[in-house]
Amino acid sequence: MRHKKYPFIVGFLIVPVALYVLLVIWPYVQTFGYSLTDWSGASQQMNFIGLRNYTSLFGDSVFVTALEHNLLLLIVLPLATILLALFFAFMLNVGGRGGTGGVKGVRGAGFYKVVFFFPQVLSVAILSVLFQGVYRTDQGGLLNGVLVKLGLEDPNKPLQWLADPNWGLWCVIGVLIWSGVGFYLVLFSAAMQAVPKDIYEAALLDGAGRGQTFFKITLPLLWETIQTAWVYLAIAAMDCFALVSTMTPGSYYGGGPDHHSEILATLLMRNFITYGKAGYACAMGVVIFFITLILSVISLRVTRREQIEF
Amino acid sequence: MSTHTDATTTVPAPREGGASASRKPTAAQRFGDGGGILNVFSHGFLVLWAVMIIGPLIWIVLGSFKSNAQIGGSAWSWPTSWHFDAFSRAWDKGIGGFFANTLIVLAGSLTLTMLLGAMAAYVLARYEFRGNRTIYYFFVAGAMFPVYLALVPLFFMVKNLGQISPLLGLNSYLGLILVYTAYSLPFTVFFLYAFFRSLPTAVHEAAMIDGCSHTRAFFQVMVPMAKSGLISVFIFNVLGQWNQYLLPVTLMQQQSGSDPDRSMLAQGLMNLAVQSGYASDFPGLFAGMTIAMLPVLVVYLSFQKQVQAGLTSATLK
Repeated sequence: MRHKKYPFIVGFLIVPVALYVLLVIWPYVQTFGYSLTDWSGASQQMNFIGLRNYTSLFGDSVFVTALEHNLLLLIVLPLATILLALFFAFMLNVGGRGGTGGVKGVRGAGFYKVVFFFPQVLSVAILSVLFQGVYRTDQGGLLNGVLVKLGLEDPNKPLQWLADPNWGLWCVIGVLIWSGVGFYLVLFSAAMQAVPKDIYEAALLDGAGRGQTFFKITLPLLWETIQTAWVYLAIAAMDCFALVSTMTPGSYYGGGPDHHSEILATLLMRNFITYGKAGYACAMGVVIFFITLILSVISLRVTRREQIEF
Repeated sequence: MSTHTDATTTVPAPREGGASASRKPTAAQRFGDGGGILNVFSHGFLVLWAVMIIGPLIWIVLGSFKSNAQIGGSAWSWPTSWHFDAFSRAWDKGIGGFFANTLIVLAGSLTLTMLLGAMAAYVLARYEFRGNRTIYYFFVAGAMFPVYLALVPLFFMVKNLGQISPLLGLNSYLGLILVYTAYSLPFTVFFLYAFFRSLPTAVHEAAMIDGCSHTRAFFQVMVPMAKSGLISVFIFNVLGQWNQYLLPVTLMQQQSGSDPDRSMLAQGLMNLAVQSGYASDFPGLFAGMTIAMLPVLVVYLSFQKQVQAGLTSATLK
């Protein structure tokens, strides 16, 4: 039995490892190298220029704007999504209270979960086209249509949504929250269902109100799940490429109007594909890498708490 | 429980104590223990959010039956005639082909991801050898890096592969299949590693004593035992690869005019959106979206329990 072990191990590992090294690890390593050159991407020629790409990055006002937008996303997206998802999950699992003191979810909890989760399985292209329709600037847009119908908006001066410099980015954030809440709701629901019902019932008998049960029981017991959700959402906030590049105005990979919704990912793609500044784009990739890394470490540190066993 | 039962049958419970005593009697009668107000409130929010999810989707489906003028005129118009010609226009513009492209790539990449991922995870989890930990951490590290970090060199890597054989290069099915697989491996290995570790050893040992080879033990004993874990990861990968946008946009562009259009569905839909914008064919665009959404909706509604459970467990591990 033992004599055939090593050929077996090598046989099973060689293809996955080779593929992984060739297409993932090696490109990652190369990026660090290219970020120190003035490579255009089109030619073979490149010169080593040290850290000059990085110094010009931080002198580039568009890059700084994009970085600020990413940081805004990093705060708003996880906060809003987690709060909404927690609120809904609490309603669905503990919200309804039976007359006999039992703890139940509201009626139709299963239905809500199915509906809320659905955006998660829609392709991002569908989301993008869907919300271009929702945010249309004439009365044919769903949002403007609703606002006009409710008499909240003058039909002759419709809101500009994505094309409005102050609103564009927020419109995209809205889509991200719209599509993300359902998934985190299901995630938190699963965690809440793992909490034994008698803990809630004991709290009820002791006279705890809904708010108290939520803050004193649910929140601490779910802390680890919330922490996981936070890291995932932070990584998602550093991405957002598909939505920003397709929904916002701007000829190459969106980001408009006038860089008001620019994010690092769109700027990276524009520099690489459109402007032929591969080295510069690689430097941006490295910056995104370090931000993601720092964020994961910070959120794991900050949110670390004493484990509660139940 | 519904608000109605709350309001009528619940005796003001001792838990509300001081609060209910200070409340006016009429309010106390109407809302029972105070949970009534909250129940109306929470149901209100739940219904509102459900409408916000379903509303736009129904609006799109209805839009595919409207005329162009109707779509631009008002968001609230009801389709006057139920024509299906927008659907055939959308299909002619390539939605069918994009579907086929996506299915070909996903069939290949999901098979490869599951097979290679399970093989690597199994060996790493259950066999002791030198370099075991190193290779494992190598895989795990890849799960947290953003794909942007690799994008530029990856583009040239695939381009160079195309010089070995055009079947592997840019705008080729196999090239994209390999890239999808490679980028799905870190998470797949990470998750299945934990799963294979948790499986009992006795069955496997019995099979080995009966003269089963390592390979056969894997396929006939371990894979069936790991079925639930494999399904979780499978669902995670289906959604991840189905929703992929950046990689196909970078790697599946037509390299010359004579190249076949191998856009994935996401890419194709975006191109259709741009074309329809110029041609003002919004019913056609909405019909294209309906076509793209329907199979997902059907699959999701049939398997929603597994999808939710699978994604949740895959994320929490």
